[in-house]
Amino acid sequence: MSDRLPDLRRAIEKLLPEVDGVLALKTGPGGILAPHLFVKERAAELEALALWPKEPLPDLLKKILKAHPTAKLAIVCRRCEERGVVEMAKHAQLDLAHVTLIGLQCTHDEALFCRCAKPATIHAKIVVGTPVEGVPDSVTDDFVKMDQAGRLAFWKEHFLHCIKCYGCRNVCPQCFCNVCALEDETWVETGRLPMPVPPMYHLVRAMHMTAKCVACRECEETCPAGIPLAIHFRLIARDVEEMFKYETGAVIEQSPPQLLVLEEGEYERTGLPH
Amino acid sequence: MIDSTSVLTTCPYCGTGCGLHLQVLDGRLVGVLPAKGHPISEGGLCIKGWNAHEFVGHADRLRKPLIRKGGKLVEAEWDEALTLVAKKLGAIKSESGPDAIGVLSSAKCTNEENYVLQKFARAVVGTNNVDHCARL
Repeated sequence: MSDRLPDLRRAIEKLLPEVDGVLALKTGPGGILAPHLFVKERAAELEALALWPKEPLPDLLKKILKAHPTAKLAIVCRRCEERGVVEMAKHAQLDLAHVTLIGLQCTHDEALFCRCAKPATIHAKIVVGTPVEGVPDSVTDDFVKMDQAGRLAFWKEHFLHCIKCYGCRNVCPQCFCNVCALEDETWVETGRLPMPVPPMYHLVRAMHMTAKCVACRECEETCPAGIPLAIHFRLIARDVEEMFKYETGAVIEQSPPQLLVLEEGEYERTGLPH
Repeated sequence: MIDSTSVLTTCPYCGTGCGLHLQVLDGRLVGVLPAKGHPISEGGLCIKGWNAHEFVGHADRLRKPLIRKGGKLVEAEWDEALTLVAKKLGAIKSESGPDAIGVLSSAKCTNEENYVLQKFARAVVGTNNVDHCARL
């Protein structure tokens, strides 16, 4: 098996002259990795290029492109991040014409860590590493085996520990609404802990992530209370696939089911009161 | 050239010492990311840490000292403000004794700044009334 780090470094070096920057991970103080935009003017920084643990890069890509709308950028993305970038483009958060994807294939161990069903990139033209098979998600599988009372008790226990840090929302590459329902007192009361039952914060988020969650598991990783949030997002994704034949990040041309796009033309009013 | 990088630092809000990355875009703070692999916070943050960048460039942030004049806060120069504070603290100390004064410091300061402040309280004012926002 080839070593991904030197391969990735070479791929970035080759691409750098053609783009305004390549978003990837860089080793910082104490060996802690952080997102960094590598640019041709400072190519020597590639010495500190790093791979793991992954960070939520797509969200940063969006921020940079909003500040520099004409920039041509590349992003090193694993399959989950590739899904994130594709879904962001579908929701008009960025323009894929400005983005070059450098696919980074996860290792089997990384896939195990994320309990990832689909770790191999499919859209990136430049690919580093060897694709591996998906692995089962035993945490979600065990949850599915529980009866309804067991499931309710499971979530009640977990949500009791939520400190409402909003980390799961903040870290999510698919949470980009200008006005967030989770900051509306109607749904989530400021300063109230522990969460009331039912925990509206988590239920609202679960609904809003329908057909949007890209299974990157960043929410679960950043949760200080260790809530296995990926369980409900994965089960919702399963339902969306069954009901709407929609899988996030899979087909670039396929519109998400919650987007209603009307063709240009005349429309008759229904006559119903507004 | 687009300049986008992350700066590893310690959350300024309390004494826990969580690790976070300040996301810097073209010299301005645009966000916070928790530091995965940090020995204390292990990739998590609380709601304060997640918003630790907000105050830095905030429009409401005080850039000059304010002195209350005729019931209104008026911008002043540092010399004028520090002279006034020294005069008032001196008057309180001579009238009511040093223990009539307390010093409240901040987790947003550096260790060295906090050291100087407690030294000021103990050695200059003469009181042990020292506390800070992180000891909540």
